[in-house]
Amino acid sequence: MSNPQQLRYSKEHEWLSAAEDGVSTVGITEHAANALGDVVYVQLPEVGDTITAGETCGELESTKSVSDLYAPVTGEVTETNQDVVDDPALVNSAPFEGGWLFKVKITEEPEDLLSADEYTAFTS
Amino acid sequence: MSEPPRHTTRHTALDSVHRALGATMTDFAGWDMPLRYGSERDEHNAVRTRAGLFDLSHMGEITVTGPAAGELLDYALVGNLSALKPGRARYTMICDENGGILDDLIVYRLAEREYMVVANAANAQVVLDALTDRQGGFDAAVRDDRDAYALLAVQGPEAAGILRSLTDADLDGLKYYAGLPGTVAGVSALIARTGYTGEDGFELFVSPADAEKLWNALSEAGEDAGLVPCGLSCRDTLRLEAGMPLYGHELTTATTPFDAGLGRVVKFEKTTNDGRFVGRTPLEAAAKRAETSPPRKLVGLIAEGRRVPRAGYPVVAADGTVIGEVTSGAPSPTLGKPIAMAYVDAEHAAPGTEGVAVDIRGTHEPYEVVALPFYKRQR
Repeated sequence: MSNPQQLRYSKEHEWLSAAEDGVSTVGITEHAANALGDVVYVQLPEVGDTITAGETCGELESTKSVSDLYAPVTGEVTETNQDVVDDPALVNSAPFEGGWLFKVKITEEPEDLLSADEYTAFTS
Repeated sequence: MSEPPRHTTRHTALDSVHRALGATMTDFAGWDMPLRYGSERDEHNAVRTRAGLFDLSHMGEITVTGPAAGELLDYALVGNLSALKPGRARYTMICDENGGILDDLIVYRLAEREYMVVANAANAQVVLDALTDRQGGFDAAVRDDRDAYALLAVQGPEAAGILRSLTDADLDGLKYYAGLPGTVAGVSALIARTGYTGEDGFELFVSPADAEKLWNALSEAGEDAGLVPCGLSCRDTLRLEAGMPLYGHELTTATTPFDAGLGRVVKFEKTTNDGRFVGRTPLEAAAKRAETSPPRKLVGLIAEGRRVPRAGYPVVAADGTVIGEVTSGAPSPTLGKPIAMAYVDAEHAAPGTEGVAVDIRGTHEPYEVVALPFYKRQR
């Protein structure tokens, strides 16, 4: 699997798109989706919520386990992906595209976000 | 300082096949086993609608032979195995002196004086030790055959058709819970019509040396019918939908067969050993208790929402009182909703009981109490 070069990554396996007008899109990586197995339920933060980098902001349930969703940055949630709430399998089938989770207006970034190459090395 | 215990992971005869197929592997009872090959949901649905192929070589086989093999098993297990006809199989249990369940088993009577006991991987040594302990005084021998067999299972509505193309054995004459020796794809096998998925299917006990040849032949023969390799993950959701208990979850040494709603496997009317068998007295008390004042009952729960109950989560009443505990839970691919098995207080156990919820990490999610199983195949 390849991790898109234009994204940045957290060690908790979230990806973050380059900001447009200060807003970035967040999802989980293909590596994480594969490790989870079939995702059957996603709980996302709500629009307007303030999330804090490194803290839980939702959860992902798969057949065998439940995992916390961590905020990769600090900021305000501006949009959530209703498609993935209705069809959580999108997380598995298109983790970097249709399976995106939410958008966030960033107020603060942690210093330890990884580049695609660094994340690939981190997970191999 | 003493040396730490050595953990040696065991691999089945099909290990290289699983790796070539790109399986996600998992440790299960000391065995490195395939969890899934791709999507566990797709594997589950393949077994319900077409066919799935499983490697179950981690299961423990113990052979009991001799003139008194049936009498020994009548004494050591809760079932009436001397009454089993050669060629037939039975679901039974082995209990400790207190009536607690040591394991649930399938016992095949292969011949007049020969039985094969199949134990769960995690309990195979416990069962072997118990049978060996209980052998004293019986003209019978207990043999550890765990290394003698690989076990492959073909399960699903297309299973019989797939197997028929590879064997001359009389599959139509082979009833559910029966087994006969035969040849499949040129390989000597014990062909058993058993399984743990709620579907029609077969379990094939073969020499480990023949396992790969048989796997490949079954894969090829099943290709047109949509047979796919299946891992332990979908096996768990299949058995849960079928309401089948799993050792360590619904069944433990703290539970008697009666407490698990499976009292029917205990046969008090045995004709051998003057009716004596290990656990008899406490099991009689457990039978009476289950009849008159059961503490808790095993029920099915179906979620109204989408959050998944997990083993150990509390079951609560409308006022928040804890009334039970989930023993197994998973999203059901067939029902499209999360389901669970749970022990709940008898007064809340009736199907349709109002106000029952599962505490899912602090939130009380509403659940419907139903009778088991969740799924029954159309025959």
